[in-house]
Amino acid sequence: MAAKTGTTWNCYDAATMSSKEIYGRVLAEMSKTDERIVGVTADLAKSTAISWFAKEFPNRFYNVGIAEQNLMGVAAGMAKCGLIPFVSTFSIFASMRGGEQLRSDICYQKLNVKVIATHGGISFGQAGSTHHSTEDIAILRAIPNLTVIVPADGTETAQAVRQSMDIDGPVYIRIGRGFEPPLYENEDYDFKIGKAITLKEGTDLAIIGCGITVLQALQAARTMEEIDGLSVRVIDMHTIKPIDEEAIIKAVSETRRILVAEEHNIMGGLGDAVADVIARSGKGCVFHKLGIPDVFSEVGYPEDLYAHYKLDANGILDTARELMGREFEEDEDWEDEV
Amino acid sequence: MNTDIKYIEQKARELRHKIVDTTLYAGGAHVGGAMSCADIMALLYFDVLNIDVENPEWEDRDRFILSKGHTAVAFIPALVMKGFLEESSLETFNHFKSPYGMHPDSLKINGCDVSSGSLGHGLSIAVGMGLSAKQLKKDFYTYCLMGDGECDEGSVWEAAMCASHYNLDNIIAFVDRNKCMIDGFTEDVMSLEPLDSKWEAFGFHTLKVDGHNIKALKEAIEEAKATNGKPTVIILDTIKGKGVDFMEGDPKWHYGSMDSDLAAKAKTSIDREVL
Repeated sequence: MAAKTGTTWNCYDAATMSSKEIYGRVLAEMSKTDERIVGVTADLAKSTAISWFAKEFPNRFYNVGIAEQNLMGVAAGMAKCGLIPFVSTFSIFASMRGGEQLRSDICYQKLNVKVIATHGGISFGQAGSTHHSTEDIAILRAIPNLTVIVPADGTETAQAVRQSMDIDGPVYIRIGRGFEPPLYENEDYDFKIGKAITLKEGTDLAIIGCGITVLQALQAARTMEEIDGLSVRVIDMHTIKPIDEEAIIKAVSETRRILVAEEHNIMGGLGDAVADVIARSGKGCVFHKLGIPDVFSEVGYPEDLYAHYKLDANGILDTARELMGREFEEDEDWEDEV
Repeated sequence: MNTDIKYIEQKARELRHKIVDTTLYAGGAHVGGAMSCADIMALLYFDVLNIDVENPEWEDRDRFILSKGHTAVAFIPALVMKGFLEESSLETFNHFKSPYGMHPDSLKINGCDVSSGSLGHGLSIAVGMGLSAKQLKKDFYTYCLMGDGECDEGSVWEAAMCASHYNLDNIIAFVDRNKCMIDGFTEDVMSLEPLDSKWEAFGFHTLKVDGHNIKALKEAIEEAKATNGKPTVIILDTIKGKGVDFMEGDPKWHYGSMDSDLAAKAKTSIDREVL
């Protein structure tokens, strides 16, 4: 679905707008009442939509040019002085080019910096691997003090941006390029950082996703229910860190089949975070990770890439069906747990 | 800044003694680069910095960033001398669960504004502080001490470009030009010269002074404060290991340890400087 850019805006028509645009507007709105908020970018004000903020608060907006190391360091210095910098750049540069500054200047000192990383995953498909960001979650979830969020759509981005203000420390919010179809109609749902959202109950299989895969998983689950007569749970795991262990263990106990879908390398991302919780729980299950299979991703329009890597509804559906036929070893206290 | 020069010189000697003691406690330290910056550290902490030991988080205080974080062995003893930290705590330096390691941790050290260690980070943080001061309409200064080898890092120049773009005349940077780095002399490993022209080209008011001459340092800082519309860098012409005759100018003392005999010799050498 193409992004629509309305002339008037409220949280209801937000659902039809792009994630990054909503982020820019929500930030501008919050900044009216909180003078501590400043915006910082590295020549990507327009591309990351922080220009919404810049337009309203030109005196609280800083462009440091194409210099992401400096971007993170500057934000650290500002946070040290009591300001709350919202840093906006592409996720590949936030997590890697400025990654060490994010780690050692911001996270090590537990500074109140919010990083809004756009163009996450393969959402900038045509740009190729230099601009694809398929390792950021793996890198960032290994950094102490950092909260890592991958909202499912624009509305959820708005929720995450608002709630990030309640966290006294660094937050990384990874969004797409801005052409993601909306999942939530409005902000009137129970979003809480660190708490997964079960969009659909189910007992035969659970699909856990973050970002764009959540809507696709929901569509796949509905098809499985209608065509295959299966009961498929769909979980929006918007917060990768701290991860909602309870939701994962419940899903394993109640479905015994887990499929994780994410716009990230299958190494180190949400899939591994979920696998870690399952392994520690001692519960047996069928498990599969959908993502970029440890390769540098192809060039193409995002929707073609999502189809290629089976991250669209059809790909998730195919994989989920395959999983239904897979066997696994039951553990001894299986009956007690289920 | 009317403090007596002799008083600062005495503080610098005292700091050098403490660097020697701490190197002993720590079992090794970046002693060469600590000695080269001991004079500017003494001047900053006993004259220049507008800080309050009783209120270390005072919003209007001057900020200091030890961007060459490996010389925490000069920084932490200075904080002890100033009264931010207990003298006896130096004995824990580098030991298990000590608040002090080779590089300073702002969350564990009273009076330490910024954690540092990874080179090339400090000036960006200084820019963030300088911008904040302007944003918040405060008149504090941010002082940032870098190493000369550190200027190999590209991020230093990203920050430099930004500081001058935003006309941050509330930032005063120092480069401890002791001409040595781990692998040898800076000009052999990676040429820095002409270093002053580089800073000038990046829009800094650039000064070069004898980094062991307290009076010259004071005057340079006064000139920096009087400079409007652009940041100042003061290139400190220093000697690695300054004050300890067997260390001076020798890159191998970038990092090293001393037994008590050698430490005693080091202190004798430091005291000889006054004679």
